[in-house]
Amino acid sequence: MSATTLHPASGPAKDLRVAAALGRRRRATTTVIKVACYAATAIGLLLLLSILGTLVWNGGSAISLRVFTDVTKPPGSDGGLLNPIIGSLIQTSIGTLIGTPIGLLVGTYLAEYAKSSPLANAVRFVSDILLSAPSILIGLFVYQSLVVPMGGFSGWAGCAALAIIVIPVVVRTTEDMLRLLPDTLREAVIALGAPKWKMITLVCWRAAASGIVTGVLLAVARVAGETAPLLFTSLGNLNWSLSLGAPMSSLPITIYSYAGSPYPDWIALAWAGALIITLGVLGLNIVARSLLRGRK
Amino acid sequence: MQQAVSLSADASRGPEPGGSASGAIRRGSSSGVLGDAIFAGACRAAGVFVLLLLGAIILQLFLGGLDAFRAFGLGFVTGTDWDPVQEVFGAGVSIYGTVVTAVLALVIAVPVAFGIAFYLTELAPEWLRRPVGTAIELLAAVPSIIYGMWGFFLIVPFMSMHLQPLIIDTIGTLPVIGELFAGPPFGTGILTAALILAIMVLPFIAATMRDVFLTVPPVFKESAYGLGCTQWEVVRNVVLPYTRVSVVGGIMLGLGRALGETMAVTFVIGNANRISTSLFGPGNTIASVVALEFGEATMGSLKLSALLGLGFILFVISFIVLSISRLLLRQRLKG
Repeated sequence: MSATTLHPASGPAKDLRVAAALGRRRRATTTVIKVACYAATAIGLLLLLSILGTLVWNGGSAISLRVFTDVTKPPGSDGGLLNPIIGSLIQTSIGTLIGTPIGLLVGTYLAEYAKSSPLANAVRFVSDILLSAPSILIGLFVYQSLVVPMGGFSGWAGCAALAIIVIPVVVRTTEDMLRLLPDTLREAVIALGAPKWKMITLVCWRAAASGIVTGVLLAVARVAGETAPLLFTSLGNLNWSLSLGAPMSSLPITIYSYAGSPYPDWIALAWAGALIITLGVLGLNIVARSLLRGRK
Repeated sequence: MQQAVSLSADASRGPEPGGSASGAIRRGSSSGVLGDAIFAGACRAAGVFVLLLLGAIILQLFLGGLDAFRAFGLGFVTGTDWDPVQEVFGAGVSIYGTVVTAVLALVIAVPVAFGIAFYLTELAPEWLRRPVGTAIELLAAVPSIIYGMWGFFLIVPFMSMHLQPLIIDTIGTLPVIGELFAGPPFGTGILTAALILAIMVLPFIAATMRDVFLTVPPVFKESAYGLGCTQWEVVRNVVLPYTRVSVVGGIMLGLGRALGETMAVTFVIGNANRISTSLFGPGNTIASVVALEFGEATMGSLKLSALLGLGFILFVISFIVLSISRLLLRQRLKG
């Protein structure tokens, strides 16, 4: 143990007064640091409370049935958020539907087939990089590869950008969950003469189902609030449009443009949208976590 | 595994007496071989797809920025002019803003994150650990746009009316350090952006630190407690040395997140293309420039190319930081 804390050289045992003073100092240091740690945790919790409180305070007063039933309108004419909400639901669902199967297969590949081969390590590494890569760059990438060739912003491009963000989230949880399964389970299935693909799809996936679903829910929660990748892909659309071939409205983009506007009623709508999206995202997170806990 | 399955299929084919039964088994086993081939192929293809995806992202950003790189050469990275009218583009200011806000954010976030991790692993009573841990993790789930709005409508007024005047009156009067806190208290600026970023990366760093602290074998800690160490001494002399590498990995992960954060920063940084000595001064980051100016860039223009070039630079920086983070973290969390 280091000399700074215990001072063996000063011989605490010889002099009781010195020993008591040293003990007091050590205890005092620990107390000060413990108090600082309590404060740090309190700060973290207060921040969450402050964000939720601000959202409920500002968004709660702005939210009404109109928000869910009316489309976006020019400032001062009592618009709602129907088209951004529908647009977000469409893009998030399609993005998840595209990204989940790919992520599931990659996670399966890593856990069941390649394990720690060089290719698997490379895939795992790249997937982890994608998990934390700035999402605005995904938007730029999709702009270059889809929006420019297709000749314009579209809902499809937005879905593609979100799908790319979904993949690494699903990969990580799928691999982790499959790795938790005992090998005896796999050996039992193989011993029955079942081919490996049946072992994976009928037994391993089912055994890990709740964990995999957790991953998908977390991915949905992540992309539902993504703004940056949609800026250059689905762009946002203040008119009612369900066409995936045209620019498509989404809740985060609408919040972004409304919150920066000078009109009080638009800002109120932005708060309402922010409240909806935050409650949705946090709700999904809590559901996903409780699913995982029920399993363990 | 593949081999074992085909072996068992061969064995079952031989001594089967009944014609219909052997047919059924053969159909089953051949669908097994074919199914295995298809399924393994699909899984491998998906894996390769992810590799190609990252390659395609790097390539597209690089090709997109090529015009700007050609036009300005190395000056694109070092230049500090960003003038869409004259078509002169330099990334210097935004690279500076990106790095300064991210590093400042870490300076603010790391001590707090350490405090939370210490609390969650050593101090908190058992029944409180899970709810408090979940609450901190929920902070990470709040979308970036929400942090932007919250920062813009709550933190910016607070900064301009309370914190910044206070700092100007106290630290701002000191001779050298005062320069860092000079200027009018607008509320927006580098410091506010760093503060919001710190709040956003806090849960990532805290959660990683908690996870690596939990990997310390209890025997180590118990022996230290047995010697009469206090809780702080155990963390300082046993837990931290044991997890040092991974803790740095977790901090790098937070840095990687902070570098690429877009929406929240765009709301509060003030968005001006200049390097000011004061932390209260406005600035910009790569991500905020791209988000704000993209709408004004027409397809095929030099400006668009410059923005894509900025994206490429950001990607390279984040890639390096995230790679280091992963290498440092892997040893502990996987082992």
